[in-house]
Amino acid sequence: MAAVRTSSEVAANRLAIVAVLVVTIIFLAPIYWIASTAFKPRNLATTIPPTVVFQPEISPFVKLFTKRSQLRTPPTPEEYAAAPWWERVVFDGGEKIVRDGQGQVQWSGYPSRFLNSLIVAITSTILAVGMGTFTAYGFSRFKVKGEADLLFFILSTRMLPPVVVAIPMFLMYRAVGLNDSHLGLIILYTAFNLSFSVWLMKGFMDEIPKEYEEAALVDGYTRMEAFFKIVLPEAATGIAATAVFCFITAWNEYAFALIMTNRRAQTAPPFIPSQVGSGLPDWTVIAAGTFLFLLPVAIFTFLLRNHLLRGMSFGAIRK
Amino acid sequence: MTQIELRGVQKFFGAVQVIKDLNLKIEDNEFIVLLGQSGCGKTTTLRAVAGLETIDEGDILIDGKPVQHLKAADRDIAMVFQSFSLYPHMSVYENIAFPLRATRKSRGEIDSEVRSVAKTLQITDLLAKKPSALSGGDMQRVAIGRALVRRPKAMLMDEPIGALDAKLREEMRAEIKRLHIKQGSTTIYVTHDQIEAMSLADRIVIMHEGVLQQVGSPDEVYSRPANLFVAQFVGSPVMNVADAAVAEKAGSASVTVGGAGAGFDFPKTLLAKLNGHAGGGLTLGIRPEGVLIRHEATEGFLPVETQIVEPLGSFDIVDLKVGSKMLRARTKSGFVGGPGERVFARIDPAQAHFFDTASGRSLGVSL
Repeated sequence: MAAVRTSSEVAANRLAIVAVLVVTIIFLAPIYWIASTAFKPRNLATTIPPTVVFQPEISPFVKLFTKRSQLRTPPTPEEYAAAPWWERVVFDGGEKIVRDGQGQVQWSGYPSRFLNSLIVAITSTILAVGMGTFTAYGFSRFKVKGEADLLFFILSTRMLPPVVVAIPMFLMYRAVGLNDSHLGLIILYTAFNLSFSVWLMKGFMDEIPKEYEEAALVDGYTRMEAFFKIVLPEAATGIAATAVFCFITAWNEYAFALIMTNRRAQTAPPFIPSQVGSGLPDWTVIAAGTFLFLLPVAIFTFLLRNHLLRGMSFGAIRK
Repeated sequence: MTQIELRGVQKFFGAVQVIKDLNLKIEDNEFIVLLGQSGCGKTTTLRAVAGLETIDEGDILIDGKPVQHLKAADRDIAMVFQSFSLYPHMSVYENIAFPLRATRKSRGEIDSEVRSVAKTLQITDLLAKKPSALSGGDMQRVAIGRALVRRPKAMLMDEPIGALDAKLREEMRAEIKRLHIKQGSTTIYVTHDQIEAMSLADRIVIMHEGVLQQVGSPDEVYSRPANLFVAQFVGSPVMNVADAAVAEKAGSASVTVGGAGAGFDFPKTLLAKLNGHAGGGLTLGIRPEGVLIRHEATEGFLPVETQIVEPLGSFDIVDLKVGSKMLRARTKSGFVGGPGERVFARIDPAQAHFFDTASGRSLGVSL
């Protein structure tokens, strides 16, 4: 028989729903702000009061990806008619897209920064999670002399804030030619994330009953095979959670990226704010850059959501 | 044909010795149960045979070949764990097929073997399910299936039905026995439950604090316990144990328990069989069914008072005050009305056991 709810329970329930709605709105408001500005015409980006209803435009994204210059004279009707649609929206804003001698469109700095962010964040996440998983397995399953001290040492590498070590790291990187290189940032982010990855994965590894591997060992497999066939699938939830955290850290990292890179390997976080200071800022373009920058983390987290919701691996061991 | 032999096996965990000089020979097709309290070394012994635990001294031989240096994978032994340890991310089919995949058998061979084992264990309809969707009994069947499918040299079972509820445990016990009779493989089974041990074993190995106490058939360990530990560990309700004094009295032997005024009558031959223990240092052991009770005064029966009556359905357990000791007797249900009743009791000499109090060893007296 269904339980009968009292009126006070119903009221409390409604109050909770309202509270959740308010909190959700507060949290989503900045994201809506960024997303809506990314699709606004330039003249509506900074109106007071803010414009909520408007005809969305793609021009901020076209401007984000291309190099532009101010139009001294408006394009001739022939030029306008010959231009592709995405060039016309730039003409409409009183600018033109810069082309080289062969007429090729010149890209802005954003796509390469975005690509750098992807390369550095993905590679360092794979490395940090991979090494962290192996290390955590070792600490979890074998007797390691001075285990507590070693684990503390690993954690202690995370204790200094990046800005404190950035200068000496910069000098060392310059000496070995790693500054402004993908490899340099990847090593840095991997090292930075590794301690976190080891600690998080150790917690997950400790939760996987060792009887699973023992069963596999008796079933005729080597420890390595047992690790890959049994432990790794069981640790998928932990690996996914760790990967999301490592990816977010590497993706959002600002201080190292600002100091260690300037052009070739520069990632998006130091690049986006640098655009605010160059000339009269076009907030719609900056919002478009920020909006795109938000997407990979959102997509990555969305793809791994099933693993993040724990519970897949439980229920087959009777305790 | 698989024989397993343990020779002088010793195992330490740090400074603690968990297996002390264990010698044991297990014959082909034999169902051996390692029985003991938790921490007695039985599971460590099993894991050592499986190759999951190294030993510090001694030899483990399978078919005469020392295997203590071999990895678990190379010993061709299967094991069923108390927790079942079914791989949660694999279906029942994949779980059972898993040991076969290690042998690089063809897909077809694996399929037919998995299905044949599933048929034997009546779990064919579960093959597509994940372990988390199974009941305790079904998990157990799958775990046994995974162990059987490879046709290993020996089966090791570590309290395989310990996690199940009482009714299911009874069913599975019968099923394991049936399966052993049908499949016939050398089996070592670990449990702390003496009923399980008695019902399943060809021979029971009783361990205590890492030391082997007695090896024998269920009947042997029940009827002829080697020492006080075995006597009290095997059998339910527990055997009565009391310091006893024996004296000669009018052509028979009189066994006094708990400083009572009068002693129980025993044949005179007892005195000769006690090997000088009659004077002291003697412990009498008698199972509750060996304490006989009557309502009317009978020759050779001592008057005693009932204290507590425990009705257990098919029989009652009655506590009788004898001197300062309490003897528990097994009676027909309802035989004694309640506490404080005066009844007459004697000890059946044929069921009495005598132990050296100091060493706990049985004196091997049979009357």
